[in-house]
Amino acid sequence: MILDFSVIWDSLPLYFGGVLVTLKLLAIALVVGLAAAIPLALMRVSRQPAINFPAWLYTYVIRGTPMLVQLFLVYYGLAQFTLVRESLLWPYLSNATFCACLAFAINTSAYTAEILAGSLKATPHGEIEAARAMGMSHARLYRRILLPSALRRALPQYSNEVIMMLHTTSLASIVTLIDITGAARTVSSQYYLPFEAFITAGVFYLCLTFILVRLFKLAERRWLAYLAPRAS
Amino acid sequence: MLNGYGATIVDGAWLTLLLALTSMAVAIGLGLLGAACRLSPLRWLALLGETYATVIRGIPDLVLILLIFYGGQDLVNRLAPLLGYEDYIDINPFVAGVFTLGFIFGAYLSETFRGAFMAIPKGQAEAGAAYGMSGRQVFFRILVPQMIRLAIPGFTNNWLVLTKATALISVVGLQDMMFKAKQAADATREPFTFFLAVAALYLVLTSVSLLALRFLEKRYSAGIKVAEL
Repeated sequence: MILDFSVIWDSLPLYFGGVLVTLKLLAIALVVGLAAAIPLALMRVSRQPAINFPAWLYTYVIRGTPMLVQLFLVYYGLAQFTLVRESLLWPYLSNATFCACLAFAINTSAYTAEILAGSLKATPHGEIEAARAMGMSHARLYRRILLPSALRRALPQYSNEVIMMLHTTSLASIVTLIDITGAARTVSSQYYLPFEAFITAGVFYLCLTFILVRLFKLAERRWLAYLAPRAS
Repeated sequence: MLNGYGATIVDGAWLTLLLALTSMAVAIGLGLLGAACRLSPLRWLALLGETYATVIRGIPDLVLILLIFYGGQDLVNRLAPLLGYEDYIDINPFVAGVFTLGFIFGAYLSETFRGAFMAIPKGQAEAGAAYGMSGRQVFFRILVPQMIRLAIPGFTNNWLVLTKATALISVVGLQDMMFKAKQAADATREPFTFFLAVAALYLVLTSVSLLALRFLEKRYSAGIKVAEL
């Protein structure tokens, strides 16, 4: 037999531990990223250049450079500065998990901000005019009309971003974390069975991807029911 | 410049560009093949194309790179003795990188190309067939030239993602600009400087591609009327 999966079977606990790390990284990055993306998206739809430009520059630079470079800038790069090493944040910034979460959150915030900005811009004119006619203030218009409908309409695109982010978390293995890919690398180097080790990691990611796709389909059915094609 | 490491990083940047262009060529070939399979009336071919696109797009690039580079090398060396070949086979990281990225982005492009093909009115292919063209002639003379215009926005996106994904090949030892920057960073203990320089080079690469592809889109859309709102 050319392939040997018995070792993989024994290492399954390591893989499941990796699944937990992957999901933790994904959840933290998404929550922080989304929280940062909402103000960024609001800046991106502003007509004042002084507000729009910084947000545009941020999303352009982050989306134009590889995730790996961003991760290395945060994890290896920041240590170059004495100021950082002597600051109160250093215990956090020298921690691989914190750096990975920070880098992933920065990355996803830029992509999510662009998705949300596109969704905000696609709000039908009539809804905004109706809200103004009702006498809503600017802030209330955003809170009650624009954001709720824009967040809902962004759901299909956001699901793609979440899946891209799940795949991006595999880079955490490069900065020593034992996520699914990290588990596969450990198994691969311990037993020298790279093919079996990485194929198993692939199967795990495939399952997680399918589960996420399924969850987003359910979420769309719940929150986007009013946009679904009418049953004839 | 950059403590004398400027030149090596620029060398690495050329390798990055070469890697991106070569793997894109492979990806375009596989993407067309994948799209043709998925649009085929033959059930098993359509299923094959569908499986290729779904499985590859469901697994992270890094895992596929590690799988093909380390796993592929290992598998080749386990299989070779069975065929009577005894020497250890060493796969070149550049060749492995080209095939891995080509294979991954072929799956993404097959999705882009499929969408573009489906957007071409059916009558066009039928007219071609009515003129007596063979299936292949219809594909290359009628469908592909029109598909290019429709596929450019999706293609632009894929090209940008591919350019950025080349950085991952440095993980398996290809001496691209990312690899060179890591070496320089370790030697000089100035990681921020070098990674920032590499980030700037990637930004230049993506910005130039964006402009070039936008120009191309305009060229291919000549004669297409855009409705003004």
